[in-house]
Amino acid sequence: MAADIALRFPATTAPSRETPPAPPPSATTETPATRRVVIAISLAFIAAVLILPLAAVFTEAFRGGVSKYLESFDDPDTWAAIKLTLLVTAIAVPLNVVFGLAASWAIAKFDFRGKSVLVTLIDLPFSVSPVVSGMSYVLLFGAQGYLGHYLDTINLQIIFATPGLVLATIFVTFPFVARELIPLMQEQGSSEEEAALSLGAGGWRTFWSVTLPNVRWALLYGVLLSNARAMGEFGAVSVVSGHLRGLTNTIPLQVEILYNDYNFVAAFAVASVLAGLGLVTLAVKSALEWRYADQLAAGRRR
Amino acid sequence: MELKIRHVSKDYGTFAALHDVSLDIRSGELVALLGPSGSGKTTLLRAIAGLETIDEGQIFFGGTDASRTSIQQRNVGFVFQHYALFRHMKVADNIAFGLRARDRSRRPHESEIARKVKELLELVQLPELGDRYPAQLSGGQRQRVALARALAIEPQVLLLDEPFGALDAQVRKDLRRWLRAIHEETGHTTVFVTHDQEEALELADRVAVLSKGELQQIGTPDDIYDRPATPFVYAFIGDSSFLPIEVRGGEAVLDRSVLPLGQLSAPDGQARLHVRPQDVVLRPTGEGVSGRVTLLRRTGAFRRADIEVGDARRRIEAQLPPELAITEGDEVGLHFNRFAVFPSDAPHSTAPN
Repeated sequence: MAADIALRFPATTAPSRETPPAPPPSATTETPATRRVVIAISLAFIAAVLILPLAAVFTEAFRGGVSKYLESFDDPDTWAAIKLTLLVTAIAVPLNVVFGLAASWAIAKFDFRGKSVLVTLIDLPFSVSPVVSGMSYVLLFGAQGYLGHYLDTINLQIIFATPGLVLATIFVTFPFVARELIPLMQEQGSSEEEAALSLGAGGWRTFWSVTLPNVRWALLYGVLLSNARAMGEFGAVSVVSGHLRGLTNTIPLQVEILYNDYNFVAAFAVASVLAGLGLVTLAVKSALEWRYADQLAAGRRR
Repeated sequence: MELKIRHVSKDYGTFAALHDVSLDIRSGELVALLGPSGSGKTTLLRAIAGLETIDEGQIFFGGTDASRTSIQQRNVGFVFQHYALFRHMKVADNIAFGLRARDRSRRPHESEIARKVKELLELVQLPELGDRYPAQLSGGQRQRVALARALAIEPQVLLLDEPFGALDAQVRKDLRRWLRAIHEETGHTTVFVTHDQEEALELADRVAVLSKGELQQIGTPDDIYDRPATPFVYAFIGDSSFLPIEVRGGEAVLDRSVLPLGQLSAPDGQARLHVRPQDVVLRPTGEGVSGRVTLLRRTGAFRRADIEVGDARRRIEAQLPPELAITEGDEVGLHFNRFAVFPSDAPHSTAPN
């Protein structure tokens, strides 16, 4: 009887008892030689475009030895640039966290008119050149700008001052947090929040004890990306800075100034600080990806 | 806590999710909201909880109108379809959440919370699992934790959205029995949503059948199965077939046969006669309605027959004892032990026949 059934329904009853089939032939048909060539091309490309320049930065920075390298940081203007960059980042990143959380909360948990417009607007800084955004801030807040006269009467300087740098930095970095959180929050839905509300929790408690913990790793990831970009931004910041040495120069701008002064060792030394920050960010990001892959998966699937 | 739902309506744009639904649920009762998807059953449950606002009507908790109060004020225990356990909290913290979320004045001491959590874990038969995370539990265990969490706040009513929807058949059966036992033990007024008629009939004291946002019938499982109030309920619950007939002076006329309607009443005119397979009895040719057997199949303890009836050769199903000596192609007479007649213009089911 069993044989009879197996005859008539071979697909449902037979396979479990058969010897496992030979592994299927590879779906790709390229010869090993082709594969090696393709891999070699991509490695060569990465080496030429990424690794060599990075190595060059450190080589040039240490060309005069460690003492020369450290001397580069005796310049008060360089210190001012480092401090200013940290200050701008410390203001811009938290503001972007607040904005990113609010935007992704609104987009993921509610339906409203104009939602798709908001989603598109969040991506705007990715598509608009940073120089253009810098120019638009000058146009708005500069001495000859639309609001320039009013800002002058209340004695507030934005362009060629720290507030302008902060604004320009916020503009270029604001998608990072929101872009990480929106897909994750959409995937998680709002039933956990509804559960918290049904259990008597208020809005704040629900946010702090349910919403935020559920997105904490994606949030940290977004903060890292936004942090790296905030410290490294050149274009938008360059337009609104005015390049006042020791006052409105951030690290990237200071690197450019030192380079233009033919002070190559100092330029590369300061650049190595930026590169180092970037590498640390990359390392932390990779560690996060490795440790919390499942919770970040939703964010990367886009 | 007694629930009174009065003329509740809710629209999503042009789509009426609920249309003038009125329903009383007695204190301590276990009621099922049954219907196909899109029937409004989940919307009604969420409206009772306060997760959805309603456009019209009132919902009374006991004597007080709760329709405009917030979900927190309603104090309902809600068990979500996919449990919605807080994934970053241990099972014990999930259960304690509702107690810890209370205002300082009503919040029990932490030792009291621990005692309560332990008690609830025992009630749901998971005493060892307080330190696990939801991801480490099976579907059935998560369901139990979700129920314990909802019970922790001592809710006025317990609401469950498709409580067994995501579980496999065996777990489902066990949990059904277990939920009934918990209901007996705690005595909460309980409303649950399901699309599974077997679940609704087996578990509930009374079943409310919804279709397209309207309440079709509410009654005991016997009422729903034996005395369906509308053609939809007849078709949706159990198997049934129907025949187009004409009602004339209190009798159903099908071609040349006449069936007395007895206590059934229907206005004169075109109508449909609904009958379940087990209520169809075969008689010798010439008696009752005439038909011809077109297909015979053995299904477990019975034999299923497709029978073409009348001049229109409309096909109905019959459940017959296997020892009955008939073959395909036989001419037979039909008698209906029990049937229902609804006017043709009554709203009909789209459920497959």
